[in-house]
Amino acid sequence: MNAPVTQLTGDAIAVEQLQFCYRCGPAVLDIPRWSVPRGGRVFLRGPSGSGKSTLLNLLAGILAAQSHLEVLGQPLDALSGRRRDRFRARHIGVVFQQFNLIPYLSVLDNLRLAAHFGNSSGDVRSRSTELVARLKLDEHLLERRAEQLSVGQQQRVAIARALINRPRLLLVDEPTSALDPEARDAFVQLLMRSYRDVENTLVFVSHDMALARHFSMVADMRELNRAWKTESTDAC
Amino acid sequence: MLAKLAWHSLMHRKGSVLLAIVSVAVSLFVLLGVEQIHNQAKHSFNRTVSGVDLIVGARTGQLNLLLYSVFRIGRPSNNISWQSYRDIASRPEVAWSIPISLGDSHKGYRVVGTSTHFFRHYRYGQNRSLALSSGRSFADTHELVLGAEVAQKLDYKTGGSLVLAHGLGSTSFQLHDEYPFTVTGILEPTGTPVDRALYISLEGMEAIHSNGPANDELIPESITAFMLGLDSPVTTFQLQRQIDEYRDEPLLAILPGVALSQLWQMLSTVENVLLLISAMVVLTSLLGLCIMLLTSMRERRREMALLRTIGAGPTQLFLLVQLEALLVVLLGMTVAFATLLGGLRLVEPVLAERYGIYLAESLVTGRTPVLLAGILAATLLVATIPALGAYLQSPNRDLQA
Repeated sequence: MNAPVTQLTGDAIAVEQLQFCYRCGPAVLDIPRWSVPRGGRVFLRGPSGSGKSTLLNLLAGILAAQSHLEVLGQPLDALSGRRRDRFRARHIGVVFQQFNLIPYLSVLDNLRLAAHFGNSSGDVRSRSTELVARLKLDEHLLERRAEQLSVGQQQRVAIARALINRPRLLLVDEPTSALDPEARDAFVQLLMRSYRDVENTLVFVSHDMALARHFSMVADMRELNRAWKTESTDAC
Repeated sequence: MLAKLAWHSLMHRKGSVLLAIVSVAVSLFVLLGVEQIHNQAKHSFNRTVSGVDLIVGARTGQLNLLLYSVFRIGRPSNNISWQSYRDIASRPEVAWSIPISLGDSHKGYRVVGTSTHFFRHYRYGQNRSLALSSGRSFADTHELVLGAEVAQKLDYKTGGSLVLAHGLGSTSFQLHDEYPFTVTGILEPTGTPVDRALYISLEGMEAIHSNGPANDELIPESITAFMLGLDSPVTTFQLQRQIDEYRDEPLLAILPGVALSQLWQMLSTVENVLLLISAMVVLTSLLGLCIMLLTSMRERRREMALLRTIGAGPTQLFLLVQLEALLVVLLGMTVAFATLLGGLRLVEPVLAERYGIYLAESLVTGRTPVLLAGILAATLLVATIPALGAYLQSPNRDLQA
């Protein structure tokens, strides 16, 4: 499981008949077919409640999929919980809206922790310095506790943390919602530049359409998700 | 890495963690203290006297006789006549005898009237005999030998002169000041009540109590008790029965070993109750720690979810919480040990003076390692509750919103 198994499609994400419901409730997600090619930059939009976060959690292997779901050539639904954890740590970077860092650890220790769980070899310190510089953060921030940083700085460190294990897939969930509108564009540009490699796939979830122009592909949950219409009528 | 995370996480919650450490430390202090007293008392008791086959005194309780003759605690009820002593001590099966006469004191330390047999035959610890660190034993009525602690505390040297007081209080108004004694020798320290007394001859004892001009013959009319060494231990029980049925006056003979174990048994009931109570106190503080961790789990849900996101498995979160609990208890243990060590230094003189308990050096003795291991095991067990919470928590943060 170290290297993703040989892919049939060459897609970074391949979904077929993906359905999901929480504790046997109504289906919140029902996607007949969706794929993202390797190196794709997807802007995933949709109103709240349209299943964006659920999809992201499934892609990250945080939620267990009950039907076919292939990420980086690895069928996630075939993996145990523990192996999904390891797969995520190694190959997938995740950035959330907020609370991406352990507040009481220094920035460097946050990065080290992610490298530790991802089994990353090599010099974490120099890689951290490099990432922090790429994200236009001051190097002395490495020694600062995460909770002492501004929100904008924390989000940039969150990217550094997500990238420390050189993941081939980066999942980003509304990372700019806590930022000033002026800072959002700069943030996205910085993100794109730090994650440039042609093999790297990015899924960026947001409802801020102004940011969509940075991306090569735009997907709308309301079109992907067949459960969306039923849910709006159920209104639960 | 996990240990570092646990440490920083604890440091992040200094307030509640500090309280938990204090609570664990206090409870462990109580438990270790009780355990310490148990060990020290047992050790100290068992080494107080050895090689003495029988102790004989006026008819009273076994323990009473043991306490005043050996531990110099409490007051003798009655004296026994010199006549009876001579009669029994001269029996063929008796190898040696040590007469003891109590009743006087010097600055709170008891004065023991005895014979030079005491220095020759008395044994303590692993059959060790008494030795003089300086000078010689008394040879004359005016002469006196000091126990090691008396000499050290009151700063007396051989050749010095001192006056005894009537009665046992440390502030007696009735001094035998017309009859000063000269220190001729000082005993080596023994770690037993022997260190805490002054020794004079029976003649000296008689001299300070006889009014008027000294008689030519200073033979005491009575003594408090006496110790016997026998040629053959087989005759011990026989002689004991004969003494108990002694016709001229009511006497009691005890076997020091039996009386010591009886005394020990009596004390250990109390001590077991104390141990049980302190174990409950420790359990309570561990449960408090469990509550503290449980509450913190609620605050740390997002932290746990984040750890899961970056790849920590449920087992690692379980271990993290266990590690935090262990760290708190280990820190509490360290504080408890440090406090105990300091506390023992403070109470050492009081224990020796009031209860005849002499502290040995080692802190970790007897059951202590077992107790500590038990506490660590209990910690792991109790911390399982919050740790299981961390283990079972879903990594999906949407579910916790």
